[in-house]
Amino acid sequence: MTTMAIEKPAEREIARTEPTWNRPQFRPNVDILERPDELTVLADMPGTSAEDVNIQFENGTLKLHGKVKDREPQETGYVLQEYGVGDFHRTFQVSEIIDAARISAEYEDGVLILHLPKTEAVKPRKIAVKTN
Amino acid sequence: MLALRVNGSHSINRLRSEMDRLFDSAFEGFPRLTRDAWFAPTSPAVNVWEDTDNVYAEAELPGLKLDDIELLVMGDELTIKGERKDVCEDEVSYHRKERGAGSFNRVFRLPVGVDAEKVEATLRDGVLTVTMPKADEAKPRKIEVKTLPR
Repeated sequence: MTTMAIEKPAEREIARTEPTWNRPQFRPNVDILERPDELTVLADMPGTSAEDVNIQFENGTLKLHGKVKDREPQETGYVLQEYGVGDFHRTFQVSEIIDAARISAEYEDGVLILHLPKTEAVKPRKIAVKTN
Repeated sequence: MLALRVNGSHSINRLRSEMDRLFDSAFEGFPRLTRDAWFAPTSPAVNVWEDTDNVYAEAELPGLKLDDIELLVMGDELTIKGERKDVCEDEVSYHRKERGAGSFNRVFRLPVGVDAEKVEATLRDGVLTVTMPKADEAKPRKIEVKTLPR
């Protein structure tokens, strides 16, 4: 009996979107709250600004991107480095039906607050039950 | 070098987060970059650097106001205290709750003594920057080398 050489499947990298430049990108921590009329997303994105935050919503995909300006020491290195400085990026698949035209956002103290209003159709409606 | 004091629970959290991170990266297929992975939910990560005149400390404190932060400088020790208030609402359902809340207290031993009177701190877009001028005796001094007349 001959032993057949079992071909090991080639290890392939999982495809994912990558930035074109090799600068670290970080996942912001988020809270996502559901209210009767909207979804609210709170994202910790310190060091960016209202102008540098880019929000895209298309076909239920929500993309958050915050550009962060370089603020690393220029001449010397760090004496202690516990975090890296880079852009913030995160993508979500939103299953709720969102009224894209009414999406609004604020940026305050390093936190992005995003309001995703639900369309009228999905808002809970109380149905009155009549008695004769 | 800078000595970093961490209390017991802090190290446990750090270990646990690191385990989570390894687990996630092994099973998700690609590593996830979570910057707060090393620390307890609210304890901020801090970067420290220095130039000839100053020592700088920077921390990311999103959602905090100046009133929520307390800074103490004594000799060569810097303390950053603060609290991020929990704004948990009862009426809503949380799909995700990753942003921690609570108080933190971190103490650092700086590489040199600083002039506590002249320390300045700014908080902008959730980034706290502390500029600490070095104490005069800690500044590098240029020594003139004289040539003796022959």
